[in-house]
Amino acid sequence: MSINRRQFLKIAGISTILGIGGTAVVNGLRKGDLEASQMEPNPEGLTAKRWGFVVDMSKFKSEADVKRVIASCHDIHNVPDFGNPKDEVKWIWKDDYEHVFPGQENEYATEEMKGKPFMVFCNHCAYPACVRVCPTKATFKRKDGIVMMDMHRCIGCRFCMAACPFGARSFNFRDPRGTDANGQPFIKHLDPEFPTRTKGVVEKCTGCYERLAKGKMPACVEASNGGIVFGDLEDPNSEVRKLIGKNYTIRRRPELGTQPSIYYIIGGNENA
Amino acid sequence: MLEKALSGSRRYWGWVFFLLAVIGAGVIAYLFQYQYGLTITGLSRDVSWGFYIAQFTFLVGVAASAVMLVIPYYLHNYKKFGRIVILGEFLAISAVIMCVLFIFVDLGQPTRVMNVMLHPTPNSVMFWDMIVLIGYLTLNLVIGWTTLGAERKEVAPPAWVKPLIYLSIPWAASIHTVTAFLYAGLPGRHLWLTAIMAARFLSSAFAAGPALLILLALIVRKTSKFDPGKEALQSLAKIVTYAMTINVFFFLLEVFTAFYSNIPGHMHPLKYLFLGLEGHSRLVPWMWSATILAFVGLALLIYPGTRRNESILPIALISVFVSAWIDKGMGLVIGGFVPNPFERVVEYTPTLPELMISLGVYAIGFLVLTVLYKVAIAVKEETEGVEIPH
Repeated sequence: MSINRRQFLKIAGISTILGIGGTAVVNGLRKGDLEASQMEPNPEGLTAKRWGFVVDMSKFKSEADVKRVIASCHDIHNVPDFGNPKDEVKWIWKDDYEHVFPGQENEYATEEMKGKPFMVFCNHCAYPACVRVCPTKATFKRKDGIVMMDMHRCIGCRFCMAACPFGARSFNFRDPRGTDANGQPFIKHLDPEFPTRTKGVVEKCTGCYERLAKGKMPACVEASNGGIVFGDLEDPNSEVRKLIGKNYTIRRRPELGTQPSIYYIIGGNENA
Repeated sequence: MLEKALSGSRRYWGWVFFLLAVIGAGVIAYLFQYQYGLTITGLSRDVSWGFYIAQFTFLVGVAASAVMLVIPYYLHNYKKFGRIVILGEFLAISAVIMCVLFIFVDLGQPTRVMNVMLHPTPNSVMFWDMIVLIGYLTLNLVIGWTTLGAERKEVAPPAWVKPLIYLSIPWAASIHTVTAFLYAGLPGRHLWLTAIMAARFLSSAFAAGPALLILLALIVRKTSKFDPGKEALQSLAKIVTYAMTINVFFFLLEVFTAFYSNIPGHMHPLKYLFLGLEGHSRLVPWMWSATILAFVGLALLIYPGTRRNESILPIALISVFVSAWIDKGMGLVIGGFVPNPFERVVEYTPTLPELMISLGVYAIGFLVLTVLYKVAIAVKEETEGVEIPH
């Protein structure tokens, strides 16, 4: 069938009007329905006004404590291991006092204090600089305080990495689903429960949102034997608030005003 | 008018094909990056922006500098700039195109670039940077093309261009201010967290941009029958002198604040750049070269005898330009990331593919510039000696 220009324009015009009008009608009818992206929340899911963490340094006694906690996170979140620091992706790791709390270093601190393995991960700040600078809202703050990533929207501009004062963000400089020169996959134990990422997007700790939705505590919290405590900072009766009330706690770079949600109990001796 | 770019000497075509070859090499390197990801660059978790973003930042300044011709010509009726104002506007067009391309090649997911428009986010400075850059590109295209078209017909440009020209003046300041805000609003990056960042950006831009413009004008004079005018170039050289003096002064203000206050975080990046930190000193020779070039350039420009000497002037201008390029095209961006938020020093060096891609982008910019200048000069040669009102 051949059509002339006039006919073509007619058909094109009518289908455009039907298309636009049709969508409006259908949208109107579907009021109250859920979008494909939405789900009825699990009634057992954990909720809070502002999730926060307390890291109790007295519970991290050996290298094994640290390794177990890191593995609990990296294994279930398909965090790739590229085997070099340049391309490194990490969600939770350890560093020493001097580098975790720059500006608060104490030249007369004990060797014990200097050597303590401080667990660091995304601070899920109340006023996150990364969210402020993201040009596509690919990183955003949930109502419960979790700073989330939409890895499908991220354009990989890395503005958030420049903005984060805690170095919490990693970029997929290469394809995490790939293999190294020896054919070994970068993701050592693929967990089908959690999505893998593509190259060219930024990622970080997402507060185990997928576990919270099912009523489970974050993986690091579960693996830490009380070393990392998780709870609602806005709830005065929560375990985190009780710990913060009982102990002297510090946060990383509080002077920058981002209001980090990880509190560290340094401990070490009677007076601490 | 574009057809004027299609006829040229053997030398013109040789240059065009040379640029095309460089662009080709850059495209191949980019395809390599597109395939394997940004791992082929020197960028890392710690220095997550590098050569690309630094070139973008520097070139925004070059683009903004067209205003240094527009203000004297249109606001002060300084007629001597009438002959070269188009060169500034066309340089701005080519510079903005390079800026956009440098952002593009830096993206991890380039196919998603339209997300910036699909999900407009006014709290992100990058969103505003996109708006001001696209606006500035459009303004200069419309203004440049219309005024040149009118000149070709030997009539005054249409009246509606005037408001656009006036608008382009604050707009030029805005592109570099917003670009400075990309950096100056980030907590925890000490080198960037400074209120005079935008002022420094503008002063270095108004030094480097017009310096490049004079050099281009000298090349134009040598390769065509069009003479931009000695007095116009001398006036522009004075602008470079003032802007570079202010630029150096602003930088010294940063040095004072960091070192007299003795705050470690503020001193660290500057120490890294000029002295080296914890044994890492890759940028030290570059930064001292920039310093020496800045003072050599300034000395030659401030002393009238050397500034007026047209065989010494290019040396002064190249010194200023290279100095500003090292400062912004290398030191500023990398220095912001060193040391990292853990106060650890991780260094960065661009890789060969990264440099090839960058050269490719520069070649695209120069190709656009060559074509636009070819058109402009052909028109200028035709209308030589005709006084056109503006």
